[in-house]
Amino acid sequence: MPRRRDEMVPEAEFRSYYGQPIVKKPIWHEPHMPTYLYLGGLSGAASVMAVAARLSGADRLARASQMIAFGGGAAGAGFLVAELGRPERFLNMLRVFKVTSPMSVGSWTLAAHGGLTSVGAASAVTGVLPVVGDAATLASGVTGALMATYTAVLLADTAVPAWHEAMRELPFLFAGSATASAGAMAMLTTPRRLAGPARAAAVTGAAVETAAGALMERRLGMLAEPYRTGRAGRLMRASRALTVGGGLLAAVAGRSRTLTALSAAAITAGALCTRFGVLEAGRVSAADPKYTVVPQRDRLTARLGGR
Amino acid sequence: MDETPTRRMGFFTDTSVCIGCKACEVACKEWNDVPDDGFVFRATSYDNTGALGADTWRHVAFIEQDGRWLMSSDVCKHCTNAACLDVCPTGALFRTEFDTVVVQSDICNGCGYCVPACPYGVIDRRERDGRAWKCTMCYDRLRGGLEPACAKACPTTSIQFGPLDELRERAQERVERLHAEGRTDARLYGESPDDGVGGTGAFFLLLDEPETYGLPPDPVVTTRDLGEMWRWAGVAAFGLAGAVAACFLRRS
Ligand code: SF4
Repeated sequence: MPRRRDEMVPEAEFRSYYGQPIVKKPIWHEPHMPTYLYLGGLSGAASVMAVAARLSGADRLARASQMIAFGGGAAGAGFLVAELGRPERFLNMLRVFKVTSPMSVGSWTLAAHGGLTSVGAASAVTGVLPVVGDAATLASGVTGALMATYTAVLLADTAVPAWHEAMRELPFLFAGSATASAGAMAMLTTPRRLAGPARAAAVTGAAVETAAGALMERRLGMLAEPYRTGRAGRLMRASRALTVGGGLLAAVAGRSRTLTALSAAAITAGALCTRFGVLEAGRVSAADPKYTVVPQRDRLTARLGGR
Repeated sequence: MDETPTRRMGFFTDTSVCIGCKACEVACKEWNDVPDDGFVFRATSYDNTGALGADTWRHVAFIEQDGRWLMSSDVCKHCTNAACLDVCPTGALFRTEFDTVVVQSDICNGCGYCVPACPYGVIDRRERDGRAWKCTMCYDRLRGGLEPACAKACPTTSIQFGPLDELRERAQERVERLHAEGRTDARLYGESPDDGVGGTGAFFLLLDEPETYGLPPDPVVTTRDLGEMWRWAGVAAFGLAGAVAACFLRRS
């Protein structure tokens, strides 16, 4: 009878059933899901910016942020509905609220956020019911912060190895990326002499996104491989270059129209690459049984005291 | 509906007596009217079914090693802590009076979130109708007092159905007997309530490492860490608010 000699098996070696995957790949589509992740983050961070701008009296910036929050939320909802296949499917999500399902929590968050940003934007444009509009905008700061981060939980709460094990860093990666995206859009749509805080947000967000991405890959060990190789690797590298470049440009753009536009374009492209890259890395890590077996084996070995 | 409390029912699949006849696959398909899963010549082994999925609720794995031929009929584990059920946003997945996990296809919204949540890669979405499907442990038969079709059809009692506590005892005796006979490779998989999913309602006696059969060696229900995930997301959300506020403070 064949015997196994575990102690002689080098780390990267593992056994599988004809190389077949163990866990199933997420079935989310491109470009729907990654674009939704980007737009939801953009809208969420823009709402937080709208609140901060409002409270500090930066009214032009507040107005621009409100419009971005509304536009991003509406377009994002469109992509999510397209992902689900039929509009009534989104409404079906709202028939129950389940705390154990990030998909349920997210659907309710998006519904609330979409409602609040719509009321805020409508009131700002028409001048009708300013108090209600202000209250809605303030409240959207809370749903916005959730919008920019819940998607990290949505991905991490799966058996997809490259996502689940990144549960600590993904929220910061997405929050940073969302802040950079919102800053980029706001500095593009506000008179440049009033856009200082938006540029600062773009720089800060880009820095956080870059740092969180680097930390994530460092900490993931062998599970960083899916983020570094193949198409996902190319996307993540492009994301890093675009985000760092865009962030640096935002820092020096000042009142230059060209530099502002270049920086905003780079940051936006970088944020999109991040979402496409993370999704692809997840798919790769689910498709290769190595990423399921080896970390679990290591865990078992460690628990059994390295037998 | 009668609400008589029932004991937790389960499967004990003893792979040491499986002969690879695939009677379970056929019985499952026939009883549950599971559609064709395609005729794919996989050129790897006697197994052309491939894997569990929306249209495959029992799957017999074949592994040829020198000196022996391993066969094992895989199925949904009906986890104590089931990730598919936890993450389902509509409540389409529910726990029955037999402590099994079943999808109500009329409620399933087709979001597919349960698919990557399952640590065993069991449940899948059927593209034809856009809904998630998997083994129901023959919920309809159980309610009628019958055993599941696969267990009924298994000619060697490799698939045993019954109250889970009884099955666990029987499995323990079986593994001890095999060990006494010198078959020290025999081990139970999923029988322990202390594992990452709280023990499975369908557990196995295997003759090799789980991964050889395409099973995860140390599965964990992803929602075990949900609290931690939200805590980190919360920290990031507050961080975002703080960072944005700081950007405005400097200017005003
Ligand atoms: S094995 Fe997968 S599909 Fe079956 S109950 Fe557990 S999580 Fe759900």
